Amino acid sequence: MKRQLRASVFFISLVLIWQLAATSGRWSPIILPPPVQIAEYLWSAALDGSLWEACLVTLKRLMLGYLAGAMVGIPLGLLMSTSQFTEDTLGALALGLQTLPSVCWVPLALLWFGQTETAMLFVVIMGTMWSVMIATDTGARNIPPIYARAARTMGSDGWHKWTHVILPASLPYLISGLKQGWAFAWRSLMAAEIYVTILTGFGLGHLLHYGRELNAMDQVIGIMLVIIWIGLIVDKIVFSPLERLLHKRWGTGIIQR
Amino acid sequence: MQHQFDAHAANKLQIQNISKQFKSQSSVVQALSNVSLSIAEGEFLCLVGASGCGKSTLLDIIAGLTKPDEGAVYADEKKVDGPGRQRLVMFQESALFPWLSVLGNVMFGLKLCPDLPKSQHKTIAMEFLKLVGLEKFARSNTHELSGGMKQRVALARALAPSPRVLLLDEPFAALDAMTREQLYDDLQHIWETHRKTIILVTHNVREAVCLADRVVLMSPSPGRITQEFEIDLPRPRDINSIALSHYTQNITRALKGNQTLDEAHG
Ligand SMILES: Nc1ncnc2c1ncn2[C@@H]1O[C@H](COP(=O)(O)OP(=O)(O)OP(=O)(O)O)[C@@H](O)[C@H]1O
Ligand SMILES: [Mg+2]
Repeated sequence: MKRQLRASVFFISLVLIWQLAATSGRWSPIILPPPVQIAEYLWSAALDGSLWEACLVTLKRLMLGYLAGAMVGIPLGLLMSTSQFTEDTLGALALGLQTLPSVCWVPLALLWFGQTETAMLFVVIMGTMWSVMIATDTGARNIPPIYARAARTMGSDGWHKWTHVILPASLPYLISGLKQGWAFAWRSLMAAEIYVTILTGFGLGHLLHYGRELNAMDQVIGIMLVIIWIGLIVDKIVFSPLERLLHKRWGTGIIQR
Repeated sequence: MQHQFDAHAANKLQIQNISKQFKSQSSVVQALSNVSLSIAEGEFLCLVGASGCGKSTLLDIIAGLTKPDEGAVYADEKKVDGPGRQRLVMFQESALFPWLSVLGNVMFGLKLCPDLPKSQHKTIAMEFLKLVGLEKFARSNTHELSGGMKQRVALARALAPSPRVLLLDEPFAALDAMTREQLYDDLQHIWETHRKTIILVTHNVREAVCLADRVVLMSPSPGRITQEFEIDLPRPRDINSIALSHYTQNITRALKGNQTLDEAHG
């Protein structure tokens, strides 16, 4: 309770300082609109439905791309962990492509797929899968060998070994990998939406882009805030509980709650 | 019904001329050198020997988890070349899976038994948790247990799928005396009613005498078998019974003899 109170005081002061700065008249409202104006924009965009529509379109793309990326990345990561050869080949490929900032996939996606949904999906998948793949591989390679041996004497091998021992045993790495993959997916989708102008769906990135074209700073900042909120909410409702569950099971984590 | 001591009883496990080396950059350890041993169906055998004499390595090889450099292990006349569900190991470290609850750990092996109906898994697992006195902790996470409790869960996990051969690596090392004595009784009872072959590693000579049909002594560098003692006492045996003392003394003396022998060598 006290923690929440302190946090609220902090953020309310930030907004107040912003409001004071904006009303001081030193900066043009086009450069620095007051927070009230941003709230007004968000309110009207919410009322006319364009904001929800954009959120929906964006989240749908994100989910599709992210799930596809994870579903390809996890098995490939497991495959990568099976031998020195796959590590040297697949592993090197994944590491190389993971270091590529995901916005760099946009030109290639545009040339390959044109201004289409496929181009968007492609960029998100590329943003997600390499980091998920590397995290899965790291997880599988860090399993204490005693688990694998105990499982083997109890008759676990083949498919069962992968699904019931290696995958769950690498969960601590896997979940942090999925979280990183999520962050990358989010970034790459915004990059894609800003650059790929298509008519099949108007996402948050497009709203941001047109905000700039129209010199509508309230829209730009408003959408930025929405993007931040979505990132935070997903973190709070998906990854935080997962991590807490994991710490509880494994007995890890320094901070006692 | 075949008696366990019948001279014609098929040898359940044949360990023939096993040698195993571990090489590292700086040194070569001869963990086992030319070890041979026959274990009859239904026999209870205890391995005793100084730390580092290759007891765990021998269990691993019997289980099929480690390949020997030379020699082979035969189970029911078939060469062992991998782990099988009929030879279950309980490791020196408890090796419980942190992603499963206590109950989930005990059920892990049961779920892999092909002809066990699904409805039985939980019942059997709870039975064995009760046996080791931990039924109240079925839903706990493994890290919430003490060292001795983990050891008991690992024992329950090894016993539950009812393998024909049990390989137990110092299963009672981390337990208090009371629990330990209870488990001596329970293990003897399980062994007698289910006719299992058990190989148990221990540092406690009295424990070995209490449980075993035969106690096998090993000595280190290179790891080898030095002596065997038949324990010809009626069962069930009580760890505190005076009848054990005679054997205990002999074996302890032999163990010390091993040590002085090594010193003379070194
Ligand atoms: N994986 C390994 N790599 C290298 N050396 C090993 C390995 N496993 C065992 N050794 C060596 O082999 C020897 C026998 O080890 P082992 O674990 O079988 O001993 P032990 O009789 O079980 O000892 P303890 O009673 O302390 O458990 C030791 O000298 C050990 O250092
Ligand atoms: Mg050992």
